[in-house]
Amino acid sequence: MRFTAIGRTAVTATLVIAAAACGGRGETGEGQATTSAAQGQCQGQQTTGITDTTLKLGGIYPLSGPASAYGDIPKGIKAYFDYVNAEKGGIDGRKVELVVRDDGYQPPKAVEEARRLVEQEQVFALFQTLGTPSTTATWDYTNQRKVPQVFVATGASQWGTDTEHPWTIGWQPNYVSEARVYAQYLKTEKPGAKVAVLYQNDDFGEDLFGGFKRAIEGTDVTVVAEQSYEVTDPSIEPQMRNLAESGADVFLNVTTPKFGSQALAADAKNTKWNPLHIVNNVAASVTVLKPVGFENVQGVVSSSYYKDPNDPQWADDAEMKLYKEKMAQYAPGADPNIPYHTFGWAVASSFHKALEAAPCKTREGLMESVRNLNNVQVDMLLPGVTMQTSADDAFPIESMQLMEFKGERWEVFGEVIDTRKEFGPLSN
Amino acid sequence: MSESTQVTSRAGAPPRGQAQAPGRRVRRQWIVAGVLLAAAIYAPFQLVPFHVFQLTMVLVYAVALLGLNVLVGHAGQISLGHGAFFAAGAYAAAIMMFHWELPYLATLPVAAAVAFLLGLVLGVPAMRLRGLYLALVTLAIAIFLVPLLKRFEEVTGGSMGLSLAKPAPPAWSGLAEDQWLYFLALAVAVAAFLLAAGLLRSRVGRALHAVRDNEIAAEVMGVRLSYYKTLAFAWSAMFAGVAGCVYTWVIGFVSPDSFPVTLSITLLAGIVVGGLGSLSGPVLGALFVMFVPSLSQDINEAAPGVIFGLLIIAVMYVAPTGLAGLAGRAANSLKKTLRKG
Amino acid sequence: MTGFLQQVIQGLSTGAIYASLALALVLIYQFTGIVNFAQGELAMFSTYIAWQFTAAGMPFWLALVLTLVVSFAGGMLIERVIIRPVEGAPELTLVIVTVGLFIFVNAAAGWIWSFLIKDFPNPFPGGAFEVGGLTVGFQTLGVFAVVGIVMGLLYLLFQHTKIGLGMRAVATNPVSARLVGIRVGVTLALGWGLAATVGAVSGVLVAPLLFLEPNMMGGVLIYAFAAATLGGFDSPAGAVAGGLIVGVAETLAGAYVGAIGPDLKVGVPLVIILGVLLLRPQGLFGRAVVERA
Repeated sequence: MRFTAIGRTAVTATLVIAAAACGGRGETGEGQATTSAAQGQCQGQQTTGITDTTLKLGGIYPLSGPASAYGDIPKGIKAYFDYVNAEKGGIDGRKVELVVRDDGYQPPKAVEEARRLVEQEQVFALFQTLGTPSTTATWDYTNQRKVPQVFVATGASQWGTDTEHPWTIGWQPNYVSEARVYAQYLKTEKPGAKVAVLYQNDDFGEDLFGGFKRAIEGTDVTVVAEQSYEVTDPSIEPQMRNLAESGADVFLNVTTPKFGSQALAADAKNTKWNPLHIVNNVAASVTVLKPVGFENVQGVVSSSYYKDPNDPQWADDAEMKLYKEKMAQYAPGADPNIPYHTFGWAVASSFHKALEAAPCKTREGLMESVRNLNNVQVDMLLPGVTMQTSADDAFPIESMQLMEFKGERWEVFGEVIDTRKEFGPLSN
Repeated sequence: MSESTQVTSRAGAPPRGQAQAPGRRVRRQWIVAGVLLAAAIYAPFQLVPFHVFQLTMVLVYAVALLGLNVLVGHAGQISLGHGAFFAAGAYAAAIMMFHWELPYLATLPVAAAVAFLLGLVLGVPAMRLRGLYLALVTLAIAIFLVPLLKRFEEVTGGSMGLSLAKPAPPAWSGLAEDQWLYFLALAVAVAAFLLAAGLLRSRVGRALHAVRDNEIAAEVMGVRLSYYKTLAFAWSAMFAGVAGCVYTWVIGFVSPDSFPVTLSITLLAGIVVGGLGSLSGPVLGALFVMFVPSLSQDINEAAPGVIFGLLIIAVMYVAPTGLAGLAGRAANSLKKTLRKG
Repeated sequence: MTGFLQQVIQGLSTGAIYASLALALVLIYQFTGIVNFAQGELAMFSTYIAWQFTAAGMPFWLALVLTLVVSFAGGMLIERVIIRPVEGAPELTLVIVTVGLFIFVNAAAGWIWSFLIKDFPNPFPGGAFEVGGLTVGFQTLGVFAVVGIVMGLLYLLFQHTKIGLGMRAVATNPVSARLVGIRVGVTLALGWGLAATVGAVSGVLVAPLLFLEPNMMGGVLIYAFAAATLGGFDSPAGAVAGGLIVGVAETLAGAYVGAIGPDLKVGVPLVIILGVLLLRPQGLFGRAVVERA
């Protein structure tokens, strides 16, 4: 018998279907071994992926492709949960299992992985999807399925302003709030400032820059030059050249790490233009500044909300000591000084607190808890920065503190700025 | 360009059997195709929604690869920019559904036409290029597309992209959403395969083969080279655009980040790995594009790209004619072994 | 006027980056007749090796020499192990193999050294040279000098050595070259080794400017392609001139043409590639090849 081209395809396809069909198509595929029946007031709520002794979470991060640097975040999260599992008996007696999947920062892959985690891995919740495109591509699905998508790793303001996706919530301060912090600082400290802006031409850059422009409306702070760049650009030097010609006295650096380093270096190299340099939080990590040379980044201003592992002022901080000790123990290959790990640790312990506070250990209970956080202290956040949400406020963290680079580290200054109090609630 | 750099994809075409009477072979092909189709129709009632979704995406990629197959496998031209046509179809559908709220089925012919026209316009300069130069130009097009989409923010939604409601299954069908989307994709894929098969059997297909096998000889024999090359480019773009349109239905979200350069590169790798010149190549290539990245991740969680890159190279060693050719060779050697035994 | 000239200088210094990688592309095309999509990634990987040496406390110049040696050996090894099995296969197969190599090398670098940026020691002093209100960084001058030297050496190699002659013969017609006694296999391996070495120079030159991370050369590649196309794939001088022209055109278009702006300036290499291929396919400095079917 001859195998024709189509025949070969038929055989392959049949094999694939046969292999895949082993799962079978249940109505929802849920309610199996990983489920415990909810009791009392929690009756009728979803308990997929959670039992009295286990809890299964799924996370989607770019482990390949151009945004792979963020792939360090789940290492910090895993170290935290491993520590809690081994030494604290898990979250309320539940051992946490985190399944991490790679989407390469591509929305269609994120959709596939979200479905895999929800339908095949039967996770309790998506604990972090990274990036605005991947989160936007998946939130219709998670909300249709009523699966919590909590503390997403992106600062887009839509996670808080949107009302049609109650199952999705952010965590870190949104980019608009951050922009407001810088605007506020300039209004009081540098009245009449002329600002030159470099921003990444994507959702992140536009959100932050747009927020900044709105925040300085009606003040004497003005934007005198703006230049965008693409993440595929090899260098931003030409943009920096154009900005330098504007004669601005403030430079707002809205970039991701690599371009942040390039912009800091270009600013340092140009001795004729010496603006006040504000770099956004995304690129404010010491790992971004160090390659430029600490002598070249003195006096640069940024803002933060969690503790920097490189900052000696936290050297004796109990949480920081615990973090470094447990990272060495549970993530031996990972450098605890990389702030992405610290970020992962902070967001994992935030999740721990939120789930502990939930009266019902169900999907509904988790969402109720994360939407009613009342000044929750998380030890890895800066003192004075707490998580606060309510019916009309869906942004867990909205406080930041300004900091200035001195010597070999950031020094926070001024009070913690609660953007809610300063500017009122955020709305679109 | 020197002689040694000419593109010859002859090796891409699977060996054709001459022994059988054409009639019997065609009949058997129809039977096999029927069985395949029956399996494809039966599948979504058996599989969990996640797998149905995966198969839907396989169909989407298969249609795109079918288009690439026309260009690369049958006309011998390399394109590293088919992600751009895919994106054009996807955005055409998304814009119609988002701004004008047109019914989703109406977007399919328009998306096809947009991609076809775009392919025609870009095909005019492309017809004068060949081999690697065409690859470079198409690569540049794919890179240029992303900032271009962001520039026209009012229409394209800029970097935030456009979110759309997915087509809802009609009440009479009694299907779930994932099943309905699957059948839409299946219907489009079947139509696309029939169209491609018809196209390649026609005068156009013969002319393309002549161009691929020997451009100068074809020209001497009176094949209008530029006309057919441009046409191949346009047809190929159209299939990619149709795939993009179905993609928009299935994912319900388009953004510039959805169509990076890597998509174009992955598509080309997919069709070469799948097998050029045959109709099973696009399906096998689509399976490769869909499943191998997550398989790579299962093997090496820290660096999936290491495994994915190695697998691409490995397939090129083991099966220079792609998986379709490999399957054929395996079948033939199995047959020989059986005969001996 | 000063502003305009300063933009031109900016363009030239950006163009020098493109030119340095374009040289490696041209070299491998000369030797083997293929366009290596993984060339940029190999350069990036070499730069990491150099970084590893300096991080171990080695002085910069010694690290550089060692890196060049390792790169040369690595390039030959890649030819032997990865390219040899598909030698003589259709061009498309080779393209896909280099694409696979691209993905592999990129992921491997991230796996070994992480995706966080590394600071790479700058071989040139940080200051700038000022004349008539214009500033030219010493860094830029240094890059120019090195690119010029490499270009000169390649020219000598191509035109005035036996290896160069043999390699041109292989690239033009491998079968005939073999008949006249040229060792084709060795020549091809030599081509990969030399291209990897030139790529390493390129990576080390640009790393202090772009900062070292696994995607450092990804963005440069398309501009280097444009440069090589513009100059002609068979001319080192053309590649350098092409790189500088692309750099200046891109910078000026981004700065002065409002409709293009900084976001669409990546369209400039596209227009250049397309324009050159339609008007003068052999490039500015390339020689037209009469084709035989």
